[in-house]
Amino acid sequence: MSDRELTSVQPAVSPRKMPRRPFYRALFYKESTCAWIFIAPALLGFTVFYLVPCVRAVYVSLTDWNLLRPSKFVGTANYSRLWNDPNFWNSMRVTLLYVLYNIPVQTVIGLLLATLLQRFGRSVALRSLILAPYLIANVIAAILWFWMLDPLLGFCNALLHSLGIGTIAFFSDQGLALPTVAAVNIWRHMGFVALLFYTGMQGIPLNLYEAARIEGAGPWKSFWNVTLPLLRPTLVFVLVTNVIGSFQVFDTIAVTTLGGPVNSTRTIVWYIYESSFLNFRMGYASAMSCALFVALAVVTGVQMRILRSDKSDLG
Amino acid sequence: MSTIDRSSRSRANMARWFGYLVLALFAAISLGPIWIAVKTALSDSKTLFSSANSFLPQDPTLFNLQRVLGLVNPADPRLAQMSYGKIDFFRALLNSAIFTFLAAAPQIGCSALAAYAFARLRFAGRRLIFSLFLAATMIPGVVLFIPNFILIKDLGWLNTFQGMAAPYALMTPFAVFFLRQMFLSTPRELEESALIDGASYVSIFFRIVLPIHRSALATLTIIISLSAWNDFFWPFLVGRSESVRVMSVAINAFRQQQAGGTPDWSGLMACTVLGIVPIAVLLVLFGRKVVESFQYSSPK
Repeated sequence: MSDRELTSVQPAVSPRKMPRRPFYRALFYKESTCAWIFIAPALLGFTVFYLVPCVRAVYVSLTDWNLLRPSKFVGTANYSRLWNDPNFWNSMRVTLLYVLYNIPVQTVIGLLLATLLQRFGRSVALRSLILAPYLIANVIAAILWFWMLDPLLGFCNALLHSLGIGTIAFFSDQGLALPTVAAVNIWRHMGFVALLFYTGMQGIPLNLYEAARIEGAGPWKSFWNVTLPLLRPTLVFVLVTNVIGSFQVFDTIAVTTLGGPVNSTRTIVWYIYESSFLNFRMGYASAMSCALFVALAVVTGVQMRILRSDKSDLG
Repeated sequence: MSTIDRSSRSRANMARWFGYLVLALFAAISLGPIWIAVKTALSDSKTLFSSANSFLPQDPTLFNLQRVLGLVNPADPRLAQMSYGKIDFFRALLNSAIFTFLAAAPQIGCSALAAYAFARLRFAGRRLIFSLFLAATMIPGVVLFIPNFILIKDLGWLNTFQGMAAPYALMTPFAVFFLRQMFLSTPRELEESALIDGASYVSIFFRIVLPIHRSALATLTIIISLSAWNDFFWPFLVGRSESVRVMSVAINAFRQQQAGGTPDWSGLMACTVLGIVPIAVLLVLFGRKVVESFQYSSPK
């Protein structure tokens, strides 16, 4: 310790002239060597758990493999099977539907809440209350709502009952299950989305609102013509990450519906999970996961293009 | 100014009260289900039906919480009254704490080292490696889970903590990216003058960079630890045995156990409440820091 403290106090002396330093210390002064030492652990982790698995996923998708027998190379057979698999297309449809339920509602609620926070309540306590659901595990959010909506003993159904409306089996109704799963996720995410929008709104110069007011714009007009355009960078970030996230919904379904009733909540990631970890068709599941990757890349690219993410309205 | 007509002022007042009302409604929606869980956990399980629509626990008792934590004597007559499944949630909470530490602590350390190199040090291949890291954020988790599961299985690490934590322990692209942004956002004068004074890169990193960015490191620690504490999919794939399974995997298992009959709701809600307690404590103690961490977690 003490000899290191000295080095930072002493005037510039070439480190190589200091005799008492252990030999390896010389390495700590060479920029590129140091850089490689610094990134070595992360690079190792990246190679073993990201780079190689990514390549391996593509390779496995070209094989027939159930983990027990040695894998057999089958070329693109998994992909042509996928193309003709009605279950795959159903799960793509379910996933897309889920995204369509989820994103617009979440975004509108987020914008509304952020505007209200901005205008009426800036306290940290309020923000942390609204953020609370997002800090809770997906599994816990799912089980909370599974209990709230339980047909027999759940709070919501008891409430509906006392209002004279009959019991609604939210999670076991074929038409309601998917919107219910989406609602659980909206509940968990709305505060976080609102917080991100709120942060974005803080960055909009106040004199623009002032100018809009002088021009005679009411709150509604200044929201459409000042807030929304200037919020675009945040909006792009929120939309892109939330769409990517929603496409991969899994936890809520694993706790509540398990893909049912009658495949109405069998999203793509749940179907991949079933194929790989319940039916051990590793090759086919990998092919589907690669297809998901491509689909997500396309969706993200289209979103970026539509939202003109590279341009800013400020400045 | 004093002659502003009353009606516009009262309209502004009404808008204000309406705004407060909507905000209060959203706060209630956010907290309502959590409160119902607390209520259920504190209720006697015999009253679940009769008290379904009440806001307050009936016959309040700590029995459910004690039961899932294994604090009730197995000979207790109350255990025989209902056919409770055996729940050892204390073990699950401990496992979650171990998993969170193993996944978060080394990840933050290794990512900080790499982020410093990417932000400040020049070396061949820096651009290429960093853009590979960045591209990895685009890969859906499930694409990696299958090959990673096979790897962990081949290593014989299924149902071990090292198997559960390994993919997170050395880096996540998010942590590297986040810290690099933070390091880049501060001027480099201090580091450069230390360099001229003869400090090595290692001592600059430990004695200047890390202390300066304490706040950013705390932010990252909060985000990474919470996401590890709440993680489900990966631990669910590789850590299902009772000795290692984490809080979320255990809750899911308890829920599936009674798929046929009525689930043990009071026990499940007791587990749920216990899983939320650390987060509630964090919010009460460091509310501002937590909120700001999530507020500024996105790149501008």
